[in-house]
Amino acid sequence: MYAQMVKSEATQDDPAKLAAFQARIDAGEKVEPKDWMPEGYRKTLIRQIGQHAHSEIVGQLPEGNWITRAPTLERKAILLAKVQDEAGHGLYLYGAAETLGVSRDEMTEMLLDGRMKYSSIFNYPTLTWADMGAVGWLVDGAAIMNQVPLQRTSFGPYARAMVRICKEESFHQRQGFDIMMKMAGGTPAQRRMAQNALDRFWFPALMMFGPSDKDSVHSAQSMAWKIKMNTNDELRQKFVDQTVPQAEYLGLTVPDDTLAWNEAKGGYDFAEPDWAEFFDVLKGNGPCNVDRLEARNKAWDDGAWVRDALMAHAEKHANREVAAE
Amino acid sequence: MDQQTATFEFLCRMGDNTLVLGHRVSEWCGKAPVLEEDIALANVALDLIGQTQMWLGLAAEVEGAGRTADDLAMLRDVWDFRSALLVEQPNGDFGQTLMRQYLFDQWHVAVLTALMESADPRVADIAAKSVKEARYHVERSADLVIRLGDGTEESHGRMQAALDKLWPFFGELFDDDPVDAAMAEAGIAPLPSGLRADVDQEVAAVMAQATLVIPADRFAHRGGKTGIRHSEHLGHMLTQMQWLQRAYPGATW
Ligand SMILES: [Fe+2]
Ligand SMILES: [Fe+2]
Repeated sequence: MYAQMVKSEATQDDPAKLAAFQARIDAGEKVEPKDWMPEGYRKTLIRQIGQHAHSEIVGQLPEGNWITRAPTLERKAILLAKVQDEAGHGLYLYGAAETLGVSRDEMTEMLLDGRMKYSSIFNYPTLTWADMGAVGWLVDGAAIMNQVPLQRTSFGPYARAMVRICKEESFHQRQGFDIMMKMAGGTPAQRRMAQNALDRFWFPALMMFGPSDKDSVHSAQSMAWKIKMNTNDELRQKFVDQTVPQAEYLGLTVPDDTLAWNEAKGGYDFAEPDWAEFFDVLKGNGPCNVDRLEARNKAWDDGAWVRDALMAHAEKHANREVAAE
Repeated sequence: MDQQTATFEFLCRMGDNTLVLGHRVSEWCGKAPVLEEDIALANVALDLIGQTQMWLGLAAEVEGAGRTADDLAMLRDVWDFRSALLVEQPNGDFGQTLMRQYLFDQWHVAVLTALMESADPRVADIAAKSVKEARYHVERSADLVIRLGDGTEESHGRMQAALDKLWPFFGELFDDDPVDAAMAEAGIAPLPSGLRADVDQEVAAVMAQATLVIPADRFAHRGGKTGIRHSEHLGHMLTQMQWLQRAYPGATW
């Protein structure tokens, strides 16, 4: 999903260095922060990892929306732990991006003033408890599709962050599916909630892989650098093929009349999401863009006095220690 | 009051405190001043919810009426809650949340430590599991109260305001009533009043380091732990917390 807005940079680096760099990548070596790297590689990675980190952070909001309404103590604990994991993912990813020379505070500022993006999916509202199931099942499910291959990405800190993150994401997906099972097998009202959640989240989940990369010139460079491991269409197909049988198992209907198994390609044919809607959401016109950014800005602004005080205390303390010596 | 009723009341007090405070802390999710605090607040909330499951689970068992911990959490109305007024107080700013947490934690460690010696092994067991978490909580909340109290002029002002506001809710935690007397007599729990002197010493030390002044007035609001007169805030919390269970009765989740 984090790939959806990422374009790689045209490069003006020394051709000999570039060739040597490409050879390392082709040989499957990991690039580490102190190694030489093309400016385009660095910039593309900062954007991609930064967007991914921001998505984890903004992604806390739609699920945080239900923590205070979770139906049982256990569900509340599971959801809270999940959202906490997402904050942890943000932390690892900001850490990985910082090795490329941009600070977490700088990236945060860029998120808050709209210069950097986060995944479009988090601009959709969570309206019923079944949405906690659908988000885990579909959104974390799509995130895993995107992220598992990134464990082999060429940039060492990013690849290592992905290994930790993927383990937790698969828990999230199972927990989400577990909620869906309860809902789909529950009372008529619960079944209705489950179907309604699938209806609303199906196409936004397909959008998480980004538009078809047939026409993207930048994709090719990112793939050569092993920053991007698969095309958006490959991943989307894989996601549909995995998810449709799960929906059938739940007794839910995927909201796509054209959905059909295609024996020849060994996968499903399915309808494309409404890309006009997708670009609207990216432009800021999703159902929750304004609320999400307002919430993040408010948290940041309201917390300024705390961050200032912690810095001031640390400084005072350091000065006192110096004075005491 | 018979012993069973008193024990049930006592266990609801323990469990409702952790339930209500855990809920309040979970309201911070995604809104903390820094990412590390978001994670730390979630940790505290998770510990408190876990402790709630143990306390209210035992309360339901002692009651023997076929209710579960979830029934107690999700289907009692305000007057049946036994949470102290302190934990019902709204989050306010981060300073108020932290001050409320610190005051609670300092009491919580003291009571849990004493409960480890409870004559009821089930109580002692829950206390032993919870006290490790509570010790960690108080270490963290005390440290933050100190750093924010002795931070900037603004943070100092906010922390002093938080202490002034919350102080009248602290005393209730140390009130003795017939339930406490019955628990003390049975050796199940200590008399709350007996914990105060030690806790006061700890609080005084932390506030001194935080450069904060403890209000001289020892007036205490009462009515939470007895359930006689809760704050108005609790009802609003329950409208959220219990909404799904009440809107769709009989469903399993
Ligand atoms: Fe995540
Ligand atoms: Fe996740």
